[in-house]
Amino acid sequence: MTWLGPAEWQAVALSLKVAGWATVLSLPIAIWIAHLLAREEFPGKQVVNGLVHLPLILPPVVTGYLLLLTFGGTAPIGAFLTKLGLPLAFRWTGAALAAAIMGFPLMVRAIRLSIEAVDPKLEAAAATLGASRWSVFATVTLPLALPGIIAGAILGFAKAMGEFGATITFVSNIPGETRTVPSAIYSFLQVPGGENAALRLVVVSIIIAMGALVASEVLARRVAKRMEDA
Amino acid sequence: MTQPALSIALRAQRPGFDLDVDFTAPAGLTVLFGASGSGKTSIVDAVAGLTRDVSGRIAVGDQVLLDSTQGICLPAHERRIGYVFQDARLFPHLTVRRNLDYARRVTRQPVDVSRFDKVVEMLGIAHLLDRRTPRLSGGEKQRLAIGRALLSRPQLILADEPLAALDAPRKDEILPYFERLRDEGEVPILYVTHSTSEVARLATTVVALDRGRVVRQGDAIEVLGDPSFSPGDVRSVGAVIKARVAAHHDDGLTELDAGGIPLFLPRIARDPGAQVRVRIAAQDVILSRGRPEAISALNCLPGVVQEVQEGAGPGAILSLDTAAGRVLARITKRSLAAMDLSVGTELYAIVKTVAVAPSDVGGPKG
Repeated sequence: MTWLGPAEWQAVALSLKVAGWATVLSLPIAIWIAHLLAREEFPGKQVVNGLVHLPLILPPVVTGYLLLLTFGGTAPIGAFLTKLGLPLAFRWTGAALAAAIMGFPLMVRAIRLSIEAVDPKLEAAAATLGASRWSVFATVTLPLALPGIIAGAILGFAKAMGEFGATITFVSNIPGETRTVPSAIYSFLQVPGGENAALRLVVVSIIIAMGALVASEVLARRVAKRMEDA
Repeated sequence: MTQPALSIALRAQRPGFDLDVDFTAPAGLTVLFGASGSGKTSIVDAVAGLTRDVSGRIAVGDQVLLDSTQGICLPAHERRIGYVFQDARLFPHLTVRRNLDYARRVTRQPVDVSRFDKVVEMLGIAHLLDRRTPRLSGGEKQRLAIGRALLSRPQLILADEPLAALDAPRKDEILPYFERLRDEGEVPILYVTHSTSEVARLATTVVALDRGRVVRQGDAIEVLGDPSFSPGDVRSVGAVIKARVAAHHDDGLTELDAGGIPLFLPRIARDPGAQVRVRIAAQDVILSRGRPEAISALNCLPGVVQEVQEGAGPGAILSLDTAAGRVLARITKRSLAAMDLSVGTELYAIVKTVAVAPSDVGGPKG
């Protein structure tokens, strides 16, 4: 990558690392919550639903500030995690948490829709054949919802790549630690002569976003085709 | 007194009716018979454990699946019920082979190649094994559904109108498999239908339902031969007689031997010597006081009137004891009076050969 300067390359690599971890760690939780919302009735379901969607409606800066209040070095949870060796405030790990939380509602929405589209009659048939609830989920629901899960993961990843407001509020904009691509673009635009670097990062952002979109389309189609073809 | 293969006592609230049934069934094939909304599907879903808002007791052999008073309610996946659904419910993301193998995999049973091959061969689906299910024909789907249920090593097979979604030729394709399962006798079968011809061909025992209540239960041939048993539509009244294939004739007819009386039917695909069940629709029977001569109908069964049931309309149903078994005839009240028929009258039941549809001729036993 000769046309990217070291600072730009650092931002791209950091963004991929942050978004990657955010997606990988939040996906299983998103699938669990989506399944809960799609298939189970329980008291407080609307509260859970509301909490999941909160980051979508709140100003990102508010979400970031709430994260800082919860996971900051002086907050109880933050202090506890720091003691465990997992400090979050002003670290890339905190950026990953912020990205995960901001992408979470999008993931859950996509996955929930795809789980709701799975015919419950097939799940009932699996149960009569001896499959426990977990087995039914793993062998019927999950594979049939796979296109939606892939779409949800890509959506979450893209959101994580682009997350700015909550990230900069929670973990600031430290080069090499928390300066992701959007923060870097913002920083370059603050200094004279930074437009070219900013533009290069814009191009990279577009390439990554388009790549993710194409990849999700291809994967989802392959899965759908596998299910329909003789 | 041997233990019933199946005993069911259930209560539940359903839209439009209250379900309140109590019956037992011996081994073989038990048909739950009734119009839609009579509670048939509610019963099988409760047996399978797919609906939990029922109270009562369900036992298969000596295993209790549900006992509300003792707080027993096994979850669906522990009931070992092979459920053949009307809409097949095959897994679209799996091949035919993996659909068949599904129950074994999820219950972590060892591979049993000979059992698998036996079921595949019986159902004639060996050539489909590597196909995916969405493109199978209706008949193929239902055969696969039967195979998948059988390979779950069930202690009971449930079939909820398994033929309802199929056209007539496909029905004829699937029916023999249920006859075979019934005759092998390994597993009791609870079979839901509203078709009298399926009852006639398949049932060992009939449990007739109406708006959530059992209105009649008992041996299938006895119930179908009872003139007071009305399966909803008078046109579908008809008794079943057992017979043996005697010979096939060159003119396209098959001759049966029913208790010493010859019966002629359009050619059926059974070898001479085979036992068959023939349903004779009551409306296709003509009664005559004297032995008819110079008449085109080939089948003539001498008998004695056993019972006369006059309906609300212009018709009446008579049951006759013949050497071939119980026969029902539906005639008008006017004829009943004109011929002066009553219990004990000796007469002849005449059945047109072409009136017996091949789909009304079933396999052995019952």
